[in-house]
Amino acid sequence: MEAFTTHTGIGVPLRQSNVDTDQIIPAVYLKRITRTGFEDALFAAWRKDESFILNQAPFSAGSVLVAGPDFGTGSSREHAVWALKDYGFKAVLSSRFADIFRGNSGKQGLLAAQVAQDDIELIWKVLENDPGTEVKVDLVSKTVECGNVVAPFDIDDYTRWRLLEGLDDIGLTLQHEEDITAYEATRPSFKPKTLPAKVDAQ
Amino acid sequence: MGKTLAEKVWDAHVVRKGEGEGANAQPDLLFIDLHLVHEVTSPQAFEGLRLAGRPLRRVDLTIATEDHNTPTLDIDKPIADLTSRTQIETLRANCKEFGVRLHSLGDKEQGIVHVVGPQLGLTQPGMTVVCGDSHTSTHGAFGALAMGIGTSEVEHVMATQTLSLKPFKTMAINVEGTLRPGVTAKDIILAVIAKIGTGGGQGYVLEYRGSAIRALSMDARMTICNMSIEAGARAGMVAPDQITYDYMHGRPHAPEGADWDAAVEYWNTLHTDDDATFDVEVDLDADTLEPFVTWGTNPGQGVSLSAKVPSPEDFGDENAKAAAERALQYMGLEAGTPMKDIRVDTVFLGSCTNSRIEDLRAAADIIRGRAKDPNVRMLVVPGSARVRLEAEAEGLDKVFKEFGAEWRFAGCSMCLGMNPDQLEPGERCASTSNRNFEGRQGKGGRTHLVSPVVAAATAVRGTLSSPSDLESAPAGTLTGIAV
Repeated sequence: MEAFTTHTGIGVPLRQSNVDTDQIIPAVYLKRITRTGFEDALFAAWRKDESFILNQAPFSAGSVLVAGPDFGTGSSREHAVWALKDYGFKAVLSSRFADIFRGNSGKQGLLAAQVAQDDIELIWKVLENDPGTEVKVDLVSKTVECGNVVAPFDIDDYTRWRLLEGLDDIGLTLQHEEDITAYEATRPSFKPKTLPAKVDAQ
Repeated sequence: MGKTLAEKVWDAHVVRKGEGEGANAQPDLLFIDLHLVHEVTSPQAFEGLRLAGRPLRRVDLTIATEDHNTPTLDIDKPIADLTSRTQIETLRANCKEFGVRLHSLGDKEQGIVHVVGPQLGLTQPGMTVVCGDSHTSTHGAFGALAMGIGTSEVEHVMATQTLSLKPFKTMAINVEGTLRPGVTAKDIILAVIAKIGTGGGQGYVLEYRGSAIRALSMDARMTICNMSIEAGARAGMVAPDQITYDYMHGRPHAPEGADWDAAVEYWNTLHTDDDATFDVEVDLDADTLEPFVTWGTNPGQGVSLSAKVPSPEDFGDENAKAAAERALQYMGLEAGTPMKDIRVDTVFLGSCTNSRIEDLRAAADIIRGRAKDPNVRMLVVPGSARVRLEAEAEGLDKVFKEFGAEWRFAGCSMCLGMNPDQLEPGERCASTSNRNFEGRQGKGGRTHLVSPVVAAATAVRGTLSSPSDLESAPAGTLTGIAV
């Protein structure tokens, strides 16, 4: 994973709450078996509407999405994060993220920065009054800057550390493989196994 | 101090405690007892293993099935949609390469992943269960800690059989009282979501408690836990009891002999201690609950079926007001319209929320001997091939067909429309599924989430209806309802 320290890019105000992952990427795009190439799928239904924010310059070149509360609810599809990243987004700001979406973002190096709703409102105003204004997201100091607005954001320390270092989760866990093996040896015999299959499925 | 059910299951799976305390603590490394896999969220994870040259650590704790993309008609023919077919074929190739047990379309154990696990007896109390699907919360009905994960985590579990997780907070959902006839588990969970909101459970594991929950069957408990994610919670749980054990006993992968006794002894410890405390408690009165239905485009936008479509002005919060305005526009509804005046085009009975045998029985009990509104299309999609066989053995397929409904093969189907079962733009659907998001069931489709009995009554009358709205109840109805 690429390390993340700071990013500065055009902010995109998305004045909407409960942006679910079905909106971020409709299910029809989940049939692909690749991990990249989802830029066309991002907000696919909404982008058919010419007035949608990403269809307007300079927002179409945005890289910091500033959204309403409860962003990323619904389906666990990590494709939502891939689509945001493939489009060019580096960070999403919201006052509340769905748990799975936030977890998926952390795994993929997309910064999900939790910003108080009052500050989101101030940033929205700056971005709407002066389209193209850049937002600076600083993971070291945990602050966002946009025009004259400077606001702190929340992110858990572990995810922050992993993002700053660009660490691979599986590699980190496998450093403790002996702990996993030791745990496995203690599991009771009544716990089920999928193999051998105890059914004749034909 | 005592522990909650969730804390007990968590503590029993800690492979390695994260260093530090409080907010700065590193996550714990938890062992995963069962990993369920399907075709949509796994290809990139298998590819990741392959690229890193890593094996799948515990194929004996992993099981796969095909559900999201699978057609519900002509299942003996090649899948017509080429991208769907590629995804299914990719799963088959990956399972073969890595040695994962797979139940493919056409075999007796194929079906929606959250229906398959429990019916095989693979989902058991006190386990940790994960799947690359947010409705994994379903399995919490057994007193398992079960949660949906993203594809990176799918790969992590494949490689390590563990997950790094930060402890959740705990929330008790206390549902006391007795449900009235025609009011079901679906109505309980829709009412819970309307009460706490789609973000209300965020960061929490919910534990459903109280006399109304204890009275529920396993199928009904699964309906409730299934939609914990719609309240923002990662997981929902019900403590196991005799109803759980009776459901488990004799299933293919349930423990046998001395293992059964040892398991029950352990399962009996899986309840929240009397002196344990929850971070939050929420109460719901089962006695006064009515059938519930959604009017908007997120699952928190719901009301009693006897109520009217709300007005944006009813909401104090500016975001909620704007969301309501947008939802009413998308749904093509006017504030003040009685919910029961809303006419639907389609009724969908299915999905991991409500496609189990009791759901089908309950709906069949309502429609038996009645005629379908001729303008309504009804789709019945059993949750698994096994459920379909069971229903056919009871003659339920005939009841649905005589009524004029389409009797389909198992899969996720119209819940998310990844297969050909989709709504047309503007089409309105009473659906027993879990999400009423814009476009979820097909581009421009309009979804009202309902229980199986409301779905059935709606198919009779053509407008959103509860069983009590039907003119006269034929003999024998309302008996087998999955409350």
